[in-house]
Amino acid sequence: MPTPRADPRSGILSVSIRKGLSSSEHAFELNVEFTAPSGFTILFGPSGAGKTTLLDCVAGLSVPNAGKIAAPERVFFDAQAGVNTAVAKRQVGYVLQDLALFPHLSAGQNVEYGLAHLPRAERRRRADAMLREMRIEHLRTHTPGQISGGERQRVALARALVTDPCVLLLDEPLAALDARTKAKIIDDLRLWNRVHGIPILYVTHSREEVIALGERVLVMEEGHIIAQGTPHEVLSAPRQETVAQLAGFENIFDAVVESVHEDRGTMTCRLKRNQAKTLALLETPLIRAQPGSLLRIGIRAGDILLAIAKPEGISARNLIAGHVISVGLRDMIVSLQVDCGVEMEVHVTLAAKEALKLDRGSAVWLVIKTHSCHLMQS
Amino acid sequence: MTINWQAFGLTIELAAVVSIILFVIGLPLAYWIAFSRRRWKFLVEAIVALPIVLPPTVLGFYVLVALGSRSPLGRWWQSFTGHTLAFTFTGLVIGSVLYSLPFTVQPFAASFSAVDRRLLAASATLGASPLRSFIRVVVPLSIPGLITGVALSFAHTMGEFGVVLMVGGNIPGVTRTLSIDIYDQVEAANYAGANATSLLLLVFCFAALALVYGLNYRRASSETSGQKFWTMSPMR
Repeated sequence: MPTPRADPRSGILSVSIRKGLSSSEHAFELNVEFTAPSGFTILFGPSGAGKTTLLDCVAGLSVPNAGKIAAPERVFFDAQAGVNTAVAKRQVGYVLQDLALFPHLSAGQNVEYGLAHLPRAERRRRADAMLREMRIEHLRTHTPGQISGGERQRVALARALVTDPCVLLLDEPLAALDARTKAKIIDDLRLWNRVHGIPILYVTHSREEVIALGERVLVMEEGHIIAQGTPHEVLSAPRQETVAQLAGFENIFDAVVESVHEDRGTMTCRLKRNQAKTLALLETPLIRAQPGSLLRIGIRAGDILLAIAKPEGISARNLIAGHVISVGLRDMIVSLQVDCGVEMEVHVTLAAKEALKLDRGSAVWLVIKTHSCHLMQS
Repeated sequence: MTINWQAFGLTIELAAVVSIILFVIGLPLAYWIAFSRRRWKFLVEAIVALPIVLPPTVLGFYVLVALGSRSPLGRWWQSFTGHTLAFTFTGLVIGSVLYSLPFTVQPFAASFSAVDRRLLAASATLGASPLRSFIRVVVPLSIPGLITGVALSFAHTMGEFGVVLMVGGNIPGVTRTLSIDIYDQVEAANYAGANATSLLLLVFCFAALALVYGLNYRRASSETSGQKFWTMSPMR
C-alpha cells in the first residue's frame, strides 16, 4: 500500500545511466545524464535516438548496464548498490507509444486496472473522477475498439494518472492526433499536473509539439543528449547540425568568417563551395569567432523573402540575386529552388507565386535578414 | 446393433478427468514455455511434443513400467493404497494425461505467445504482479486457444487406443474404453456392433469439435481488436 502523501508534491527525477543495445545492424549505447524537475521535460530526437529505451529504463522494463535512476521519493535503480525496484513497485505512469489499452476491458475497467489494491467502491469513485477530469465519463462502458483515437489517448492517460504516479512517462502519446485535439489534451494534462507537480518525460519527434509544450527540451541523438534548454534556445539557436535539421533548417551551408564587425554586432561570412562567384557573402549575427574560422549557417526556407526587382530602402542586410531552377508544391506551400551561387530552398505562398509570376528561370532577389542566419558549429 | 454404454460412460469420464487435469497442468507449463527465456526451453518443448510422434505403444510401455511394482512410483503408490497402478482407472488417467499433453499445452502456449508483450508491460507499470497480469490479461485474451486445447485433449483422449491397451488392459467398467470395445467387437466378428460404436464415437467427436470451432469463430469475429490468433492444429 502506498503511503498517503502531501500534495502538491514536487520532486526531481534524476537519471544517469548507460545501456548497451546490440542489434544485428549496429551496436548502440544509450548514455545519458539529466535531471527532470516537476513539469514537462521533452525528449526530442529522430527515431532510433534511444528515447523509448530511456523511458523503458525509467519504468523498469529495461535494465541499464550501469548508473542510477532516482525518482522524487525513492531510488528505482542503482547498479552499484544493487538496487533494481520491480516495475510493479515503481509507481510510474507510463503511456506507451501504441497505448497498450487492454482490448478486452471497457474504458472504465482499464482505468480501474491500476487500483487493484483499493476496495471496490473506492476504486470506482477514483476511476469515475478521473474519467470526468479527462472528459470521457460517457465512454466508461465502451471497449477500446469502439472509441476514436483521441478518446483512446484520453483513456490511456486516465489509466496512468489515476494511479497517482510519482513520475509520468509519455511516449509520443499524441502523435496520431490533429492539432486541436492535441492542444486540448495537453491543456488537461497541464491542469492535472498543476495539482500533482510530478516530473513528466514527454517523448516526441514533432517540432510543433516541442514548441506547443514550451518547456525544457532534451535533444537526443544516437543514445546521447546533444543539446538542452528551452524550445526557443534549442530550436532557434542550434549549435549542432542535427538539431538544425530537426528544427527545420532547409538550408545549411559551410562558411568561413570573412570579417568581424564588433561595433555593429555582425560578421560577414563567405559561403564555401562557390569561390568563383561574387555573391557568396552573408551578413550574420556576431559570435565569438576569428576571421578564417569555419562554421555553419542555417536558414529556414520560410524566412527568406523573394523580390522580382532589387529592393531598395529595406532593413534586411543580405540581398542576393539568383534565378529559380525548380518549382514544387508541398501542401499549400510553394517550394522553390533558387540558384544564387549556392542552391537555396525558399518557401512562398501560392498567392505570392501567382502575384510575382514565379516560374522556372525567373530572375529573383533573395532577401535575408541578418538574424535569420543561424550559426552553429560545424 | 448394441452399443456398450458402460464403455461409453467410462470413456467420457476418462476424457473429462484427463481434460481437467491437463487444464490445470497446462496453464503453468504453457506459461513457462511462452514466456521463459531459458536457453534449454526447446528441450522442454520437444519433450512435450513427443507423444505426437511416438507410437502409443512406446509411451504405454514406459508408463506401464513406471507404474509397475518395481518402479519407485509404483512402490510408493502400492504402499499408499495397497494395489498397483497398472490396470486401474487411475493408471489410465496418468497414461492419458501424458499422451494428450501436447494437445493441451501447444494451443495454450501458442495463444499466450500471441498476447502483445506491451500489454504485459502496461500491466506491470500499473502495479500488477506477473500472476495478476496472467489472470487479468493473458488468460482473457487467450480464450480461443484455451478452448481449443481443452477440446483437443478431450477428443484425443476419447479416441486413444494404444496407451489404454498397454496401461489399462481390457477390464470392463474399469479400463475398457470405447476404442477397446470396438477392437473387441471386430475381433469377435461383430461388425454391426463395431459399426454402431464407431459411428457414435465419430459423431460425438465431430459434434464436440464443431461446437468448439463454431464458438471460437463467432468470438473471434465479434471482437474488433486484439485477438486475431486462431490455430487449427496443435502444432505451432
